[in-house]
Amino acid sequence: MRSNTRIATILTVVAIAMFGFGYALVPLYDLICDITGLNGKTGRVDAASVQAAEVDQSRWITVEFTGHTTSGLPWVFRPLQKKMRVHPGETAVANYYVRNNTDETITGQAVPSVVPGRAAPYFKKIECFCFSQQTLAPREAKEMPVRFVVDAKISQRVDTITLSYAFFNTDKASAKKYGGDPMAVNHDGHHVHAHQAAPDG
Amino acid sequence: MATAAAHHEEHPGGLTRWLFTTNHKDIGTLYLWFAFIMFFVGGAMAMVIRAELFQPGMQMVEPHFFNQMTTVHALVMIFGGVMPAFVGLANWQIPMMIGAPDMALPRMNNWSFWLLPPAATLLIMSLFMPGGGPAAGWTIYPPLSTQGGMGMDFAILTIHMLGFSSILGSMNIIATILNMRAPGMTLMKMPLFVWTWLITAFLLLAAIPVLAGAVTMLLTDRHFGTSFFDAAGGGDPVMFQHVFWFFGHPEVYILVLPAFGVFSQIIPTFARKPLFGYSSMVFATATIAFLSFIVWAHHMYTVGMPMAGELFFMYSTMLIAVPTGVKVFNWIATMWRGSMTFETPMLYAIAGVFLFTIGGLSGLMLAITPADFQYHDTYFVVAHFHYVIFAGSVLALMGAAYFWLPKWTGHMYNERLGKLHFWLTTISFNVTFFPQHFLGLAGMPRRIPDYALQFTEFNQISSIGAFVLGLSQLLFLYIVVQTIKGGKQATDRVWEGAEGLEWTVPSPAPYHTFATAPQVK
Ligand code: HEM
Ligand SMILES: [Cu+2]
Repeated sequence: MRSNTRIATILTVVAIAMFGFGYALVPLYDLICDITGLNGKTGRVDAASVQAAEVDQSRWITVEFTGHTTSGLPWVFRPLQKKMRVHPGETAVANYYVRNNTDETITGQAVPSVVPGRAAPYFKKIECFCFSQQTLAPREAKEMPVRFVVDAKISQRVDTITLSYAFFNTDKASAKKYGGDPMAVNHDGHHVHAHQAAPDG
Repeated sequence: MATAAAHHEEHPGGLTRWLFTTNHKDIGTLYLWFAFIMFFVGGAMAMVIRAELFQPGMQMVEPHFFNQMTTVHALVMIFGGVMPAFVGLANWQIPMMIGAPDMALPRMNNWSFWLLPPAATLLIMSLFMPGGGPAAGWTIYPPLSTQGGMGMDFAILTIHMLGFSSILGSMNIIATILNMRAPGMTLMKMPLFVWTWLITAFLLLAAIPVLAGAVTMLLTDRHFGTSFFDAAGGGDPVMFQHVFWFFGHPEVYILVLPAFGVFSQIIPTFARKPLFGYSSMVFATATIAFLSFIVWAHHMYTVGMPMAGELFFMYSTMLIAVPTGVKVFNWIATMWRGSMTFETPMLYAIAGVFLFTIGGLSGLMLAITPADFQYHDTYFVVAHFHYVIFAGSVLALMGAAYFWLPKWTGHMYNERLGKLHFWLTTISFNVTFFPQHFLGLAGMPRRIPDYALQFTEFNQISSIGAFVLGLSQLLFLYIVVQTIKGGKQATDRVWEGAEGLEWTVPSPAPYHTFATAPQVK
């Protein structure tokens, strides 16, 4: 029955291809999200193109700021202003405060998110501490700016935008050490819910 | 091709017969018993869930254990119960229905079965690991599933093994159907059960590897420092949902298409009329299979998709109701003016079609995006998928068992007990799950071990129904064992209205059938 083995071979190739396709879905979705600005992925622009944009003086948009560290990152992290009002098209700067509470050098990465989702493509960051990893020396504290502009083409129905950051420890071993151990089990056999390194604001 | 007599000599007895068998009937039997056992294991977990939900507050189990029960119940029922049961039916019936001596790849067939028991053992073992079994729901969404103890790794490995078994099984089924049909058995003459399985096998082949990929990514996120879904490293937890449901929605049709095949065999037999609209049935099945790949995000309406996405998935989902409606129409038209009798298999088929349709209608309600924002993750969804999976797939499986048991065992089952089992099952099924619609509409969330006081009465009704439903299945076990042991001798044709090659062989079907291919006109 030669042709049985042939069919089996073809079908094996199909199965392996679909396995690969499962992996390919990850960059594919990302690509689509990047192009369309879905999924709260915020746009990034350079300063020159912003200067050219017009400012809509007739509208106000409230931008709210929040942020927290995830378990495993023993830093204090908070916005220095709760909210600000901006005109669409106008460049503004907000500041976040961060402090390393330990005697070790730690590197973190902030992941931004914007709600409502439909505002995300219009919220453009020119400069952001989330563009790169942040390394803090023991006990170091600093202020970090976000320079952004809300695109004037944003829907009339949006009057408030919330920008939030989740700050992660980039080193899994270090995260584990500071309570972010996902596999931790206590004596009752229950999963340990590690405490977050007290964010405020 | 060797003669049947020569084959009989390589038919060892005892355990080795079952371990090394490459006979499609033996393997079919193994699959069916395995599924039956899993059905009881998963059922026991459902009893724990319903016992806890009998009253508000925490009575029986810890919340963490409750979550393990909802998770493992679903995994056991889907991957251990319904899927292997249908593969078992496929093994027994497809060769006999198309006039083939066996499956195309018998050795692989053995292997795909014997992957199942170790996989199931692994899954059950996970419950005893430190930290317990997987508790993130059967959909194992991160970040919950990138955390959690070893139990989650066990579950991932189980999914790998069960998936591998399904892929091997579906390759075998495709090769058998494409290559081994008797002369004259053209594709458009195949019984509908064979057609639905052919299409299901392609769905499996396309969907299961994607699930395998998704759980592999989870595994490497957990242990090998990748960040597919781990936000800390720039991954995206919502991505998992997209990949998962790209598998998950076709999966629900994997569970139900063979059931449609079963309905399409049973209903014409007891209506004593050929199936109405055969080619439209084939077409509708293929259309459903195709559409099932473009509707996945109806499980994710609330993750924050843009309007265009919500609308696309809403309309594509509602589109599936059209081919599904064609099928329901055809079954009803088959019964129309038929000379119907209502033996147990027919009762199961009619109830299956009717109750499945209720599930389809609640599906349509869920498909409406703005409505789903309220229904999502409530008991309404639980009611929906039990109406489609229990009433669609499991009732079809029970009907199929009564339909073909005489052919498999050579004995008629006890019709009175069969009917009793039918009424107990369908009534208690409705008592269990119908109230869950109202609980969901009133806002009771799923997968939570406690609830607000106003939900008490409906939960108690549901729990009582569930206990009766669970106990009634012991009667099913009794009937099956009784039929295997003895009973009225079945004729070859078994049912007056039966049509098809499987009814031309003796009852019980001999170990080897169609060693020489029949000629199909
Ligand atoms: C007319 C056909 C159907 C439609 C329109 C439909 C629609 C939906 C929608 C929109 C949801 C998501 C609800 C939510 O989570 O908020 C859902 C959930 C579900 N459906 Fe269906 N469905 C249909 C048929 C089926 C069939 C045939 C099956 C299985 C045999 C099925 C199994 C499920 C399952 C298992 C879930 C829940 C998954 C989970 O979250 O655990 N559905 N359905
Ligand atoms: Cu779906």
